Amino acid sequence: MLDVDIKAALGDLALDVQMQVPPGVTVLFGPSGAGKTSVINALAGLLRPDTGRISLGDRVLFEGAVNVPAHLRRVGYVFQDARLFPHLTVRQNLTYGGDHDFDRLVAVLGLEGLLDRRPAGLSGGEKQRVALGRALMTKPDVVLMDEPLAALDDPRKAEVMPYIAALGAGAGLPIIYVTHAMAEVAQLADRIVILDRGKVVRQGNLEEVLADPGAARYFAKRDAGAILACTVARHEDGVTVLASDAGEVMLPGTLGAIGDAVRLRVPAQDVILSRQPLEGQSALNMLAAEITAITPLPNENVAVMLRAGAAPLWAELTPMSVGKLGFVVGQTVYAVFKATAVGPT
Amino acid sequence: MTFGPAFWEIVLLSLQVASVATVFTLPPAIAMGWLLARRKFWGHGFVNGLVHLPLVLPPVVTGYLLLVVFGRQGPVGGLLNDLFGITLAFRWTGAALAAGIMAFPLMVRAIRLGFEAADRGIEDAAATLGAAPVRVFVTVTLPLVAPGILAGAVLGFAKALGEFGATITFVAAIPGQTQTIPSAIYGLLQVPGAEGDVVALVVVSVVFAMGALILSEWLARRMAQRVAA
Repeated sequence: MLDVDIKAALGDLALDVQMQVPPGVTVLFGPSGAGKTSVINALAGLLRPDTGRISLGDRVLFEGAVNVPAHLRRVGYVFQDARLFPHLTVRQNLTYGGDHDFDRLVAVLGLEGLLDRRPAGLSGGEKQRVALGRALMTKPDVVLMDEPLAALDDPRKAEVMPYIAALGAGAGLPIIYVTHAMAEVAQLADRIVILDRGKVVRQGNLEEVLADPGAARYFAKRDAGAILACTVARHEDGVTVLASDAGEVMLPGTLGAIGDAVRLRVPAQDVILSRQPLEGQSALNMLAAEITAITPLPNENVAVMLRAGAAPLWAELTPMSVGKLGFVVGQTVYAVFKATAVGPT
Repeated sequence: MTFGPAFWEIVLLSLQVASVATVFTLPPAIAMGWLLARRKFWGHGFVNGLVHLPLVLPPVVTGYLLLVVFGRQGPVGGLLNDLFGITLAFRWTGAALAAGIMAFPLMVRAIRLGFEAADRGIEDAAATLGAAPVRVFVTVTLPLVAPGILAGAVLGFAKALGEFGATITFVAAIPGQTQTIPSAIYGLLQVPGAEGDVVALVVVSVVFAMGALILSEWLARRMAQRVAA
């Protein structure tokens, strides 16, 4: 567990961050300039906070006069721009800080053919995979990733993402992943910490935070909405049937193997609510759900909070629709939506 | 004398003086380049000015100051003579000192630019990988700054090879002892009928200068290929 409670004045930005990071992937999310990189630089020992405390398990990394220097922190840092050593080969880059698990990591990251090349000859995706391997071979106690995919185009993102997802699933250590891309959040995060103008405004499990309409203002309009954790149940008629806490959900196309874990995004503005079961409509999914709350959103619309089975969902509606249809808390409604998969995790 | 023993003596002495000057000036120039590029401290501007002084002072003044400080009666020169029996004034070692002092600002400038251009982020990355500051400096910073150091060394060597004013003031031009190519050319110009020797020394100077430039270009290109990200 990484425990952070720091304050730092950085120009116009007053950083004031309290967060707890358990093992697993915690996404540090927020707009540009929110102070995300400053937070992980402070964790890595590259930026000294003014006051506060940082501890990792029973090791104090920063408190008052104690400020463990970066090279003694046992922190694996993957930078946005890779920062490989240009004068060293890939192999020398990888082993610069240690060769823990060298063979396995080289195989997992697909670096066998690159070992004798220099960074100048690598593609962006290859550089990031080397940077990831280099950080992990030091056998770090915590991994920090600063928008590792931001500099890559979509195919390269798709190339690197599975490696990061696999790392998150396998390693029992805290991983902090900085991003402002919702697709990466949805695919990778176990937990999310939302940072806004230097302050933590939300933190918790991904499903909980995304099911909270109060957090919607921190996401782009298209991005607000629930996440549904599912497993592939069966394939039939060109459709993949997924089992979730909300019941069975269907996705077009044949996706994954039976038993695979899949995350679905259910954008709030794509959820249609109906008082009766709808017939003769083309959307694949309709779930019976109970209204648990109706709260106004900052953009004048209304969030209708739902519980479908055991899973939280929510729909963004206009006040007019809510009034006309007479939705009230406790009522059972039917949620109709098209879900999008965010890729196997 | 053309291409005779006396000629080669001048050429070899010049190479010796310039090489020793470059080799001994390089470490302090690297340290000073690092200090000026990477550290903020009180008196930064003053130190920077002091480093550049030999570049803007008349060389004869630098030579005179060397004589005052490093002469046998001078505060440093006297100490060196009493403690270690080292004499600099009117010796080839003194010529190397004068050449080194004159080359120092040029070397510092090139090396400082190298430090300023080196990506600090890569040094941070090395630190997060567990490298202590000294290891970061030796294994990451120095290789990144190598092209700047090389440029400084070549510039310094060329300057040392051509140094005239401070050298002749501090150590005169004693044949076989302190007579380098520039002071030999200057001396031979006073001698009727020595034009052949002058031309020979001029050709050697041009060859050395061109050779140093070509070598440094080639090395710099190789290094640039290695450090290009």
